[in-house]
Amino acid sequence: MSRDLIRPRSLRLSRRGLLAGLGVSAAALPLSACSFDTGSPAALNILEKAEAVTKAVQRALLGPETAMAREFEPGAISAFFKPNGSTDPEDADYVALRKGGFADWRLEVGGLVERPMKLSLSDLRALPARSQITRHDCVEGWSCIGQWKGVQLSSILTTAGLKPQARYIALFCADTLEQTLDNTGRYYETIGLIDAFHPQTILAYEMNYAPLKVEHGAPLRLRVERQLGYKMAKYIMRIEAIDDFAKISRGRGGFWEDRGYEWYAGI
Amino acid sequence: MTSLSSALPARAAPEGRLIFRHSALVRVCHWVNAICFIVLLMSGLQIFNASPLLTWAQTTNFDRPFFSLSARHDEDGNPIAGVTTIFGYPIVTTGVLGVSRGDDGLEERGFPSWATLPPYQDLALGRRWHFFFAWILVLNGLVYFANLLLNRHVRELWPSLADLRAIPHDIADHLRLRFPTGDDALRYNVLQKLAYLSVVIAFPILILAGLTMSPAVDAAFPWLLDLFHGRQAARAVHFLLAAYLVLFLIVHLVMVVLSGPINNMRSMITGRYRVKETQR
Repeated sequence: MSRDLIRPRSLRLSRRGLLAGLGVSAAALPLSACSFDTGSPAALNILEKAEAVTKAVQRALLGPETAMAREFEPGAISAFFKPNGSTDPEDADYVALRKGGFADWRLEVGGLVERPMKLSLSDLRALPARSQITRHDCVEGWSCIGQWKGVQLSSILTTAGLKPQARYIALFCADTLEQTLDNTGRYYETIGLIDAFHPQTILAYEMNYAPLKVEHGAPLRLRVERQLGYKMAKYIMRIEAIDDFAKISRGRGGFWEDRGYEWYAGI
Repeated sequence: MTSLSSALPARAAPEGRLIFRHSALVRVCHWVNAICFIVLLMSGLQIFNASPLLTWAQTTNFDRPFFSLSARHDEDGNPIAGVTTIFGYPIVTTGVLGVSRGDDGLEERGFPSWATLPPYQDLALGRRWHFFFAWILVLNGLVYFANLLLNRHVRELWPSLADLRAIPHDIADHLRLRFPTGDDALRYNVLQKLAYLSVVIAFPILILAGLTMSPAVDAAFPWLLDLFHGRQAARAVHFLLAAYLVLFLIVHLVMVVLSGPINNMRSMITGRYRVKETQR
């Protein structure tokens, strides 16, 4: 190689090559350096475009809206199911309901529906139920398998009757996961109608053949089996059909969505 | 598209011919891939840090992962030692894995700040970077594979029987840092073929394993779960193949430096490569 270096032509080429190479490396290097803000609004604006692509491709792959998440045998149920997020809400209203064994708890169904409803736990238990043993995938990377039983969200929505403007279902929860001055730390979620009407989307009051425990969202939590755990709101108090989630809390469609996570949590 | 095997001598020179080695398409794909890989690796380590353990199954075994990065704490709960556990054997890796230096002294985190994107802990942002660059990697990969298969460049990477017999000889040559000259330098030697072929195969498997972590993709293609022995096993495959690619990258860079860094860089930037004539 040393002989190459004394040839003017190859030196010229090499220098150009080296500079170009350094240029490419320089483009990648600042990613690790603090000089470049990897979370700047400009960067996020571009990065967030990937979510729409992922959503469009996954929706296309799922084809018929009823592609089902895998269901497992009872033997596959995890001995330990990790509780995450809120595990023991301290909100006064919730604590009072919990003390009463959720006898006074009512699920409110409202918003853009023809027939608003209030349902007690026994009302829900009296409705046709679906039981499923599915895998829960946390955005953090871990998975656990559990059995869930509850009412299909589709049947509640059909009974309530969606108004034509309804595009999303919002779930408002009892737990405050982050203390804030403006109450934006209260957990909530929104899902689209495709997921809301999916057969495996249920409002679960039972887990592993027992009443849902507080750490897993008692008295009622959502299961949306083709998305990540944070979409599956726990401690549900109120369901609303809405046309837009921009005016709810910080406007991005959910507690974690407001904190930078994807609204479409299919991956 | 000019290929390696049909390379034409550009001009004769006493020190060696200057040949056209890599097509523009291959060069662009190479550098796009290089950038994507660095971003995906570092944002991937950020994502891994959110749950720094691996299980070979459908679900996570929190008690007995086969690989984990964890911390030991003092009585006040401050992290004091980082521990890497492999198949139950703990190895103290304080400063790098499990526990490393952050803004406020030692902090509990799987991979250290310098290895992750962003450097601070932010799973949401790590995911944004990861999935954006994953799409670029996939599109770039599709272009590369189309070229590889349609123009039959895959033959340049596929080792022949004669190649395989030459493995011991090529290993000996590599160990002595004796690199091919003359016409032998116009084609890849068997170790190069095997190394590049392994990477070309590893990337699609790594991407498939990544997709298997998606609950939506699993609903569309449940066979992926059987292929990888479950979602957590797919996560492990994704991680281990990434580790393999890091190993490849290190060897690749060392070989680039040892076998003529300027000539090699030029060939991957301008396409032109100087072939040293065989000494007589």
